[in-house]
Amino acid sequence: MYALNYVRPKSLAEAAKFLASHPEAKLLAGGMTLVPTLKQRLARHSHLVDIAQLRELRGIEVKDGKLAIGAATRHHDVAISAAVKKAIPALAELAGLIGDPQVRNLGTLGGSVANNDPAADYPAAVLGLSATVVTTKREIAADDFFRGMFATALEEGEIIKRIVFPVPKRAAYAKFHHPASGYAMAGVFVVVTAQGVRVAVTGAGPGVFRWKAAETALAKSLKPAALDGAALKVDDFNEDIHVDRAYRANLVRVMAKRAVAKLAARGR
Amino acid sequence: MAKVEIKVNGVRHARNVEDRTLLANFLREELGLTGTHVGCDTSQCGCCTVHVNGRAVKSCSMLAIQANGAEVLTIEGLAKNGKLHPVQRAFSECHGLQCGFCTPGMIMATVGLLKDQPNPTEEEIIHGLEGNLCRCTGYINIVKAVKRSAKLLRGGKR
Ligand SMILES: Cc1cc2nc3c(=O)[nH]c(=O)nc-3n(C[C@H](O)[C@H](O)[C@H](O)COP(=O)(O)OP(=O)(O)OC[C@H]3O[C@@H](n4cnc5c(N)ncnc54)[C@H](O)[C@@H]3O)c2cc1C
Ligand code: FES
Ligand code: FES
Repeated sequence: MYALNYVRPKSLAEAAKFLASHPEAKLLAGGMTLVPTLKQRLARHSHLVDIAQLRELRGIEVKDGKLAIGAATRHHDVAISAAVKKAIPALAELAGLIGDPQVRNLGTLGGSVANNDPAADYPAAVLGLSATVVTTKREIAADDFFRGMFATALEEGEIIKRIVFPVPKRAAYAKFHHPASGYAMAGVFVVVTAQGVRVAVTGAGPGVFRWKAAETALAKSLKPAALDGAALKVDDFNEDIHVDRAYRANLVRVMAKRAVAKLAARGR
Repeated sequence: MAKVEIKVNGVRHARNVEDRTLLANFLREELGLTGTHVGCDTSQCGCCTVHVNGRAVKSCSMLAIQANGAEVLTIEGLAKNGKLHPVQRAFSECHGLQCGFCTPGMIMATVGLLKDQPNPTEEEIIHGLEGNLCRCTGYINIVKAVKRSAKLLRGGKR
């Protein structure tokens, strides 16, 4: 790791001010992506601005049909939260499937969403649930937030404060995890709301995306078999030492079917 | 350089270290607590697992200064008055180790797991130890040791 300076601001305003005056500084939350990256010298920053302990970024609240989760809330705390389990059980389940216990004890929602790893879990929930990313500068709709591999709408110095999830009628997540890393080889988040069905896919393409053909098919018939004929564009799917494109495409379809099957058991 | 003050196994330690110092190196090199092992150094194996404010973390993937002001528990802090902690005893009795390299991390992860789930099923044990790798045992006796640990802890016996 290159030498750096660590700072722990006392408030969100102080953190934002520090970032604005130090262009080479970087936010640090759980460090579960950033610290390994720094150790491999894949990045170099003048300062790490630790926001993990800021109270303003913590906490889980359900109000007016919306579930708001602070950006610095750890995966473990989302996984065990009674409020999350009640409002959106699929989200608590997803958080409990991230990495391993040690990773869940440090990693945060905001860090995961800001990082937008193409195989990360939270982006599928944020996009599937049509959540709003609330930052120090504005509110960004999920459909506008994710911009492909490790890319988001976030600007320099912009800090995610919380993510607001509209509580759906029903939602379910199915993930095929990589047995070593825990990341998704394919993860599908299916959501049913009064407006219709949304299907978000992670792990398969260069970034999280909505599978629109599946949404249309499921709006007609909310059954696993409805997905058999749904077209899936795979030319930009990831091919790596683990699996090829066709295999990944099949995994996506199977995970989507499993998620739809889970919906049935989740009446609300 | 930064002044890092951490309470480790109940004793307060203050050291001036570089900001980039990892918690694992702080424990091993500054404090001489070499029970915390570094296996992969890439956040995968869990050999370096310690507890920070009561939660299991991988100390190779956290800066010491991130734990500034925190309470840290390492494998050296488990035994009390010369008596092994029930999880240590269970690993010994069930032969939950061969070379022993992964054992400090396995035990710290198990202590963490049993705090959340005092009576885990086999599936929950496997899911709960996903952050820890063992190259020797094939895990069978580790799972046995965790089951026995749970029993010992529930019985309240030391
Ligand atoms: C062994 C291992 C297994 C893992 N498995 C999985 C998995 O199965 N699924 C999965 O989804 N993830 C997995 N992860 C990643 C994990 O979920 C990370 O916690 C997460 O991706 C990053 O969150 P963090 O809080 O640790 O962020 P950090 O590492 O601290 O930061 C990540 C990035 O986000 C930025 N950032 C942090 N907070 C904010 C904020 N509030 N506003 C704006 N930018 C911010 C940082 O500047 C940095 O660029 C794994 C990690 C490890 C080490
Ligand atoms: S040494 Fe920390 S996880 Fe392997
Ligand atoms: S006992 Fe040798 S690595 Fe586990």
